[in-house]
Amino acid sequence: MDLAFFGVQLLNGLQYGLLLFLIASGLTLIFGIMGIINLAHGAMYMIGAYLVWDLTLRLGNFWLAILIAIPIAVALGLVIERLFLDTLYKRDHLYQVLLTFGLILVINEAQRIIWGGDVHSVAIPAPFDASLQLTDNLQYSVYRLFVMGVCLALAGIIYWVIRHTRLGIIIRAGAVNRDMVEGLGINVRTLFTLIFSVGVALTAFAGMIAAPLTSITPGMGDSILITCFVVVVIGGIGSIKGAFWGAILIGMAETFGSVLIPSIASMVIYLIMAAVLLVKPRGLFA
Amino acid sequence: MLHRYPKRVAVIMLVLLAIVAIFPLWGPALFGDQSDFILEKLTLMVILALFAMSLDLLVGIVGLVSLGHALFFGLGAYTLALASPDFDAASLWWMLPLVMLVAAVAALVVGLLVIRTKGIFFIMTTLAFGQMLFYLISTAPFAGGTDGVFIMFRPTLTAGETMLLDLDNPQTFFYFCLGMLVAGFLFLRWLTRSYFGQVLDGIHDNERRMQALGYATGGYKLVAFVIAGVLAAIAGMLAAMQYGFANPAQLGWHTSGEVLMMLILGGMGTIFGPILGAFAYEILLYVYEHLTVHWPILMGLTIIAAVLVLPRGIAGLIIAPPWARRKPKAVEEEEGVAAHLHPATIPHKEG
Repeated sequence: MDLAFFGVQLLNGLQYGLLLFLIASGLTLIFGIMGIINLAHGAMYMIGAYLVWDLTLRLGNFWLAILIAIPIAVALGLVIERLFLDTLYKRDHLYQVLLTFGLILVINEAQRIIWGGDVHSVAIPAPFDASLQLTDNLQYSVYRLFVMGVCLALAGIIYWVIRHTRLGIIIRAGAVNRDMVEGLGINVRTLFTLIFSVGVALTAFAGMIAAPLTSITPGMGDSILITCFVVVVIGGIGSIKGAFWGAILIGMAETFGSVLIPSIASMVIYLIMAAVLLVKPRGLFA
Repeated sequence: MLHRYPKRVAVIMLVLLAIVAIFPLWGPALFGDQSDFILEKLTLMVILALFAMSLDLLVGIVGLVSLGHALFFGLGAYTLALASPDFDAASLWWMLPLVMLVAAVAALVVGLLVIRTKGIFFIMTTLAFGQMLFYLISTAPFAGGTDGVFIMFRPTLTAGETMLLDLDNPQTFFYFCLGMLVAGFLFLRWLTRSYFGQVLDGIHDNERRMQALGYATGGYKLVAFVIAGVLAAIAGMLAAMQYGFANPAQLGWHTSGEVLMMLILGGMGTIFGPILGAFAYEILLYVYEHLTVHWPILMGLTIIAAVLVLPRGIAGLIIAPPWARRKPKAVEEEEGVAAHLHPATIPHKEG
């Protein structure tokens, strides 16, 4: 493996990791603040991708499609939280698992009814539909660099909101002791709705910007959900910082795993998780 | 929270058992040509009931919500498929112990890792380890990839030269599975009422208190995890015998989700509830599949409804029917609320 090829893989790993972070951060926020394990999180990633594919076809413009798809995703998050999750906050994880598993069945099948079971793709949108010539026979897609930039920017925004705003203080306090936050007169109910909608919007947005890079398939949400679980377990549940480093680690591991040791590539991330569990059962950053 | 139920529970279960057990007598009269097909379905339900019951030990009794229980179910199926000779039938005398041994070792290894985690971590890690085996098997060259492995000959049960049970006969196999289910039920009932089971119950209620009392709770949980894994593997082996193949789908997390659905439908923590749940789930599935190709929507909504309005499942209805609770109602509901507000079940402060 020469240096340029290594560099490309490094960039790919970083880009995939950053995308994983967007999804995992929503997952870990929802758990950390609300105490809810949301299995339907991956399904929302899929919905994001399908929404943008559908809207791009209709409108002929990828960016316009994203602009319209984001509010739809937020609205979907709002409806789910108000309709179903409201009753689950005080109940055992088991019921959350079951209810959100039921939601997966409903969402996946709704997707099949609306968009069918075919595999789709979205063209890489202008002005990023170019590639950089690295060496004579190695190129790198500008769109991938753009995705990286967007993910990093969002990560920065999330970090800033959580570290330096009043909302961030409430979120951090809520992760430590929810009852106390409520006792101090904060409307936890509204906070929960906000967090859930933002979390769902983040994962749906990840699906949207990932759409030009991956094939859009009915099962795409399930596999990404489980990868994100691994990320969250490695990083420590409820920790945004943990989600970030966990996502980068897993992104790299999957990318390099499939290049260097293809025979066991699908196992690598689980082996890493097992190793982390052995050393730090609560995750690296908990 | 368990152990002693009203007499009607035993009566209902025995009546249902009798009705199912004598199906070969009344089935042909009622269903005609369809009877063979229904017997196959019944056999499958019996097998899934054993599977669901094994998960109840973890979820309902110990309070460990596993989303990777299909790992052991699939492992049982694959052990049978891969260990069977190509052109000959295996003997159940060594196949069953082998399946149990493989599952026990796997459950021990996975258990040692996942028992270290709690609550939501446990859910995520069991799911992840289940998927690990799923990917290993569906990409491994020796395991037939996504197609799975066919089992050409069903294992036999012989003593010397004479065949004890002709497992190739659908009726005999049905009774064999029914026998395994009853044995599994009696075993779990005995286990949950034993000293060991009392400790598990204590862990469910308040693990810290049990630790303070001097119990090494990790060891108890690990043993329960191994027992549940072994029982699930037996169910998986029976399922593979029934289908004639082992398939990655048997390992996948959707299977783990389905068996959890059977638990909630039937009512967990009761051991007998999951049996009802497995039958209810399969019957619903059959009906939904005939109504529409988009049956997952109906199943998803059913499960959401069950979580919202019937969290104690069918078993809850039998133990405390809505029409039979007048005065005790207030007490029971208070207990119900108390259970949900119990420190051990409040999900915050993790991570």
